[in-house]
Amino acid sequence: MKSISRCVAVEKEMQKRRAAVRPVNERIAKLREKSVKAGVKISGERARLITEFYKSGAAEGKSVPVQRALAFRYLMERVSLPVEDGQLIVGLRGTGPQEVPTYPEICTHSMRDLEILDSRENMPYKVDDSTRRLYSEEIIPYWKGRTVREAVFKSLPRDWLDAYEAGIWTEFMEQRAPGHTAGGDRIFRMGVLDIKDEIKKKMAELKPEDPAYGDKMEELKAMDIAADAILVYAGRYAEKLDKMAGEEENPGRKEELKEMARICRRVPAHAPETFWEALQHYWFVHVGVVYETNPWDSFNPGRLDQHLYPFYSKDIAEGRLTRDKAKELLQAFWVKINNQPAVPKVGVTAEESFTYNDFTKINVGGLKEDGSDGVNEVSYLILEVLDEMRTLQPNTAVLVSDKNPERLLIKALKVVGPGFGEPPFFNFDGVVVKMLRQGKSLEDARTSGVSGCVESGAFGKEAYILTGYFNLPKILEITLNNGIDPLSGKKLGLETGDPAGFKTFDELWEAFVRQVKHFMDIKMKGNDIIEEIYAKQLPVPFMSLWINDCVENARDYNAGGARYNTQYVQLVGLGTVAFGLSAIRYHVFDRKTVTMGELLEALGQNFEGKHEMLRQVILNKTPRYGEDDDYADEIAKNIVDVTVKIIESYPPSPVRKASKRAYFLPTTAHVYFGKVTGATPDGRKAGMPVSEGVSPVQGSDRKGIAAVFRSVSKCDWDKTGGALLNQKLTPDLLEGDENIKNLARLIRTFFHMGGHHVQFNVVSAELLREAQERPGDFQDLMVRVAGYSDYFVNLPKGLQEEIIARTEHREI
Amino acid sequence: MVNEGLIFDIKRFAIHDGPGIRTTVFLKGCPLRCWWCHNPEGIYPASELMFFEYKCIGCRTCAGVCPAGAIAFENIEHHLDRKKCTGCGVCSEACPTGALKLAGKVITVEGLMQELEKDVLLYDNSGGGVTFSGGEPLLQHRFLMDALRECKKIDLSTALDTSGYASGDVFAAVLDYVDVFLFDLKLAGDREHRKYTGVSNVPIRNNLRMLADTGRGGDVILRLPVVPGITDTEQNIAGLLDFVASLKGIRRIDLLPFHDVYEKYCRLGREYKMPACGVPAPERLKDIKESFERAGFIVKI
Repeated sequence: MKSISRCVAVEKEMQKRRAAVRPVNERIAKLREKSVKAGVKISGERARLITEFYKSGAAEGKSVPVQRALAFRYLMERVSLPVEDGQLIVGLRGTGPQEVPTYPEICTHSMRDLEILDSRENMPYKVDDSTRRLYSEEIIPYWKGRTVREAVFKSLPRDWLDAYEAGIWTEFMEQRAPGHTAGGDRIFRMGVLDIKDEIKKKMAELKPEDPAYGDKMEELKAMDIAADAILVYAGRYAEKLDKMAGEEENPGRKEELKEMARICRRVPAHAPETFWEALQHYWFVHVGVVYETNPWDSFNPGRLDQHLYPFYSKDIAEGRLTRDKAKELLQAFWVKINNQPAVPKVGVTAEESFTYNDFTKINVGGLKEDGSDGVNEVSYLILEVLDEMRTLQPNTAVLVSDKNPERLLIKALKVVGPGFGEPPFFNFDGVVVKMLRQGKSLEDARTSGVSGCVESGAFGKEAYILTGYFNLPKILEITLNNGIDPLSGKKLGLETGDPAGFKTFDELWEAFVRQVKHFMDIKMKGNDIIEEIYAKQLPVPFMSLWINDCVENARDYNAGGARYNTQYVQLVGLGTVAFGLSAIRYHVFDRKTVTMGELLEALGQNFEGKHEMLRQVILNKTPRYGEDDDYADEIAKNIVDVTVKIIESYPPSPVRKASKRAYFLPTTAHVYFGKVTGATPDGRKAGMPVSEGVSPVQGSDRKGIAAVFRSVSKCDWDKTGGALLNQKLTPDLLEGDENIKNLARLIRTFFHMGGHHVQFNVVSAELLREAQERPGDFQDLMVRVAGYSDYFVNLPKGLQEEIIARTEHREI
Repeated sequence: MVNEGLIFDIKRFAIHDGPGIRTTVFLKGCPLRCWWCHNPEGIYPASELMFFEYKCIGCRTCAGVCPAGAIAFENIEHHLDRKKCTGCGVCSEACPTGALKLAGKVITVEGLMQELEKDVLLYDNSGGGVTFSGGEPLLQHRFLMDALRECKKIDLSTALDTSGYASGDVFAAVLDYVDVFLFDLKLAGDREHRKYTGVSNVPIRNNLRMLADTGRGGDVILRLPVVPGITDTEQNIAGLLDFVASLKGIRRIDLLPFHDVYEKYCRLGREYKMPACGVPAPERLKDIKESFERAGFIVKI
């Protein structure tokens, strides 16, 4: 029976969340409302145009980079030019807000995909009849046999495919292009014409005796065509805006439209000179990048407070801008990002769901290039915008350095308060250490940041390509079955011995490490194959304009043109494996309360029947990772050390010369990985989610948040590119200045200890339960999932349960 | 030197037990019997079992291992004979689900310090430290003194959460080792105090006065449990105000609204004397807050 007081409390919590949404004025409120309420649709326009282009024969006889550049120009000359009512910034990927284009040259949706996307309950993408007809008559027949996706699967060896099908890993680039790049200051300091000059100069420098002369020249030509293409797009907008101004009756709006037309004639051709121009300039670049391909993750403006502050301070000093106007422009910019949902996947199932979030992440705080405090007025302005807008996108990141003032943390925590999961906090001094360890220059390390979920990278200078999630618990399962995957019965791993015969924990550990190495060998071979396919088949001359030093190297971003090149594997399930190994070590080898044979039998039978007792013993009587007990934490630390060592042992990739690195983050892969993994020795039953990020097993961090932070920071995250930690707090912990101050101190301490990231879900379990019961009343309830936020009622049930199960920390 | 003490919990990231972020150590045993006590597992000065009925799966492991024969099962229903139970903890150690939990753990000063030192960075960054609470920590005053001395050796800030009920000598001895006193203030009238807490308030008043007279008033945060119909009456508040007005330097008070912990008493098989009274009305809390503010106090709820 539900008590009245619970209902009142839930109602109050929800009211507080709703009251927190307060855009700066009526115009923005309307734009936001439309953006949030619009249903997501698939737009066939891009697919139609790109197919038209390739069918026309215009690509024939050209090099691949030039083909891609011409295709991009064909798009920029023809795509629709939507202008949302009252918008201050133009350019949009798609035919309108929430209308998502597709990329058939990378992966083509089948008719069944379109059917499921249209009709599924969670996160549908509506598909109209004309798009369906277009697909069945034009798109699907033309692209069959020509897509990157097909090339990828055709090229990968059998052992890779077996492991992939068994759920040992996922592969990002089977349907999205490499990406994961954030813009650096190059974007904000260079106009397209400046870059065209660079290209011209570089062409003149090229020596015909250079063995790569032909490739380099073709790439530079392609870049030049792509540069022209974006000028065409901006020019078309300028004309359209002038025309709209001519027809506009409201004198205020008329002037605005004229000004917007003027801006579109200045940028992106020239480097921006004002705050407004800077936002519009960046946005043209952003739209170009995400029209060219569907990069994973979406492109980012990176350290936006650093980039915008010079324009802001100059405009304010010269009386062109007020703080309120700057905020309005930023909020308009927020709506632009929110209007571009993620590209839908192919090969979808009805139950599966991902997110509309396309992972554009905006960073604030951190350091300047010279090592001084980077916090400025725009940092605070962005936090206010985030607080008042509370949209699904963009994501944010608060970079916390010891040199940053406490006010940054306090202001950010006040946004966390009414709870939609944003913003997360990052140890920026730790990010700098990570970058330096990887050989980046001090300046490039200080201008780095985090993108996607928690991924560190040298912004504007690095192609750090995420290659897929890696299922550590599944590998433990295969180890415990002597190389066999019990789900399929196939022998996928090595024969490392029947664990029942192991005399010591070390034997088991060695077996596990050998299996990880075995699968990583296969994965790394696959990574290099896929990298080469993208380098050859899908160059990105437009994105390459903006990333140092692609023009200078006359080399494409996808072919190693960036200053730094990295490949990442994202490891998932640290908590599950650490707890599981701790349970085996403790109960089988140290205490001998159970034999390995008995444990294996219990796992095989999913802890059913009489085995439930063993499961209870494991759950309640085992030293666990996350409770500040060295016995278990040491295992977690060793897993991190050994997996990083294995990954970094591979030579740089052949094409991009990319070094191999590790991240610890799951997005939502921990749910999928759980589905394909049988019962694990941490007492987890078959099919349940594995642990997410580097968080302890769901519901097991019973010693409170201070203990979790200590456990997590015993691992050496400086060796990785990042590690995701989710924590749930009860709303009362963020009430009152004193509590907020203490949380700020807690975060600082976590970072002093070496933590990389922490994000908070501030929501009561009661509210989530209520939302499950009455989803209609909680459409706007946003929660933290993993590195991003999403609407709770849109999440699949399994993920909802998992979020509820994450321990809620409170101080009673 | 008494190197061992009996505790029933250690709580980290405590943010309501003194300044900053603290670790709170709960010492077991209390001479008072406050009706509203929300830590009943801290009262009895020896280990005792808590039974979480909802976790019991009726496996009977406990009955099999109990050396005192204190546990019996009627089908799957668990029966504990507390008269026979010696609090040895063999059953809770064996219980697979954690349905049986022993309140009370012997800990050495060294063992305690290891736990406390885990969060030194957190204390440093927040101006926090260690809080000794209970039960009544002064009941194990020799262990407490040893622990306090060790804390001071490594410059940890210390707080004492006390009922104030101890002999003057015991209280005087800890003064130099405690930085902050969280001092309970319950009932002004001695008759009421005896009725609802089981002891006289005279030693408590004397100790609080000693703090004020030795110039430590600024280090005191008074804590008033606001219990409807018992401590929140007009008469009691007036009496308390009257008393504290005579104490030099004490300017801070926290109001702790009563909440029902009936379940905890069930787990301990103990009688809960509190009549059903609900939580204090917000208006009443506000009135009390304002009364103390008028008397010059900084009040937190």
